[in-house]
Amino acid sequence: MNITLRVWRQKGRDDEGRMVTYKLTDVSPDMSFLEMLDVLNEKLTLESEEPVAFDHDCREGICGACGVVIDGEAHGPERTTTCQLHMRSFNDGDTITVEPWRASAFPVVKDLVVDRGAFDRIIQAGGYVSAPTGTAPDAHANPIPKPDADRAFDAATCIGCGACVAACPNASSMLFTAAKVTHLGMLPQGQPERASRVVQMVNQQDAEDFGGCTNIGECAAVCPKGIPLDTISQLNQDLLGSLGKGIG
Amino acid sequence: MAVTGAILVLYLIAHMYGNLKVFSGQEAFDGYAHNLRVLGTPLLPEHGFLWLARLILLASVLIHIYAAVSLWLRARRARPASQRYQVTKRVHRTYSSYTMRWGGVLIALFTIFHILHLTVNVISPGGASDSPYERLVNGFQPEFWFVTLFYVAAVIAVGFHLRHGIWSGLATLGVNQANRQPKMNAVATGLSLILTVGFLLPPLAVTFGLVS
Repeated sequence: MNITLRVWRQKGRDDEGRMVTYKLTDVSPDMSFLEMLDVLNEKLTLESEEPVAFDHDCREGICGACGVVIDGEAHGPERTTTCQLHMRSFNDGDTITVEPWRASAFPVVKDLVVDRGAFDRIIQAGGYVSAPTGTAPDAHANPIPKPDADRAFDAATCIGCGACVAACPNASSMLFTAAKVTHLGMLPQGQPERASRVVQMVNQQDAEDFGGCTNIGECAAVCPKGIPLDTISQLNQDLLGSLGKGIG
Repeated sequence: MAVTGAILVLYLIAHMYGNLKVFSGQEAFDGYAHNLRVLGTPLLPEHGFLWLARLILLASVLIHIYAAVSLWLRARRARPASQRYQVTKRVHRTYSSYTMRWGGVLIALFTIFHILHLTVNVISPGGASDSPYERLVNGFQPEFWFVTLFYVAAVIAVGFHLRHGIWSGLATLGVNQANRQPKMNAVATGLSLILTVGFLLPPLAVTFGLVS
């Protein structure tokens, strides 16, 4: 396959950045998208040029480190992470545009790498449960209805990649925060902090300069883990429930 | 946003009901308008109910606009123009969700014109009148086809605004659950369709000579 790549190049946080075009020949359709970028970087290194910086770690679709906007879609045309996207999803001769996640809360560090520390601070604000120490309780001491357990588990599959923010027309992190709120709110261990959790996490995402949710649904449509949009309604419900409890 | 939107949707339903009285003749239509003015009397002063409703509506509209503007500004701050994508692709967004903001501005401008036209009657194509029925019939005569056209466009814009607005309002109020989504979509589409058609019928009926 012959591919023309348009890649965002930015030297550092303060650099203005620009799109640069590269041509790649002999790309195998069985390569993953990241392997194709590896090939590009080998070529750039041999030509004594600076390789394109991009985030990646497990390359198995479970860590959430990789993620770029490909032809206007977060993680590209397949509903999976960028590392699990393969070149067979493109055609010979295609021009592919690769851009970093775009949000004030995710400043570009270099090229396609963004700083997602804002997500960590949202988790620190409330994405935890109080953990009493002592011996492990009996496994059956705390019965959890199956639908609740399933819903908590589905929400817990969020890997924090940031595709929801990248795809949102408002650059809102609502799906990410809602996934955490739903995950912990469905389980008995999450109840003591349930009301304060949602308020603190929403306040933190506002402080990080994420946009507001207008229920458009782009986030859930691109989520590689299929976090359902209804988690956002769960967050709103919890937020309404926390009103008048004097939490702020 | 959701609460004030819900108030406005409820008002639109009542407004549509009143409009459709035009098909029962001048007496029914003008009588309905008169009854609104004396509703609640003698407990309330004359026009008391009407002004109460207007006050609630005005407050709802202002709060609705305030919420919309702050969301808009936050979105601009969250992804400023300098950080726009070079390529964007529509994955899930609909025409109605994509046009909420500028559509809302259009609807606000239309509402101002609409009040000047049929409520205050300052703008009066076809002649001013004390009878609401005559104002309506005068305003949408075939020679004022452009007025009708403008109303049709505005009402369709309201329909699109409602399609996403009702869905979004329900989601904001915590109604959205995976198994309820087909119903929510049916309510949003159904209600916006009913309101759009209900508001289109009277002006079109006048223009095409079915009501005179």
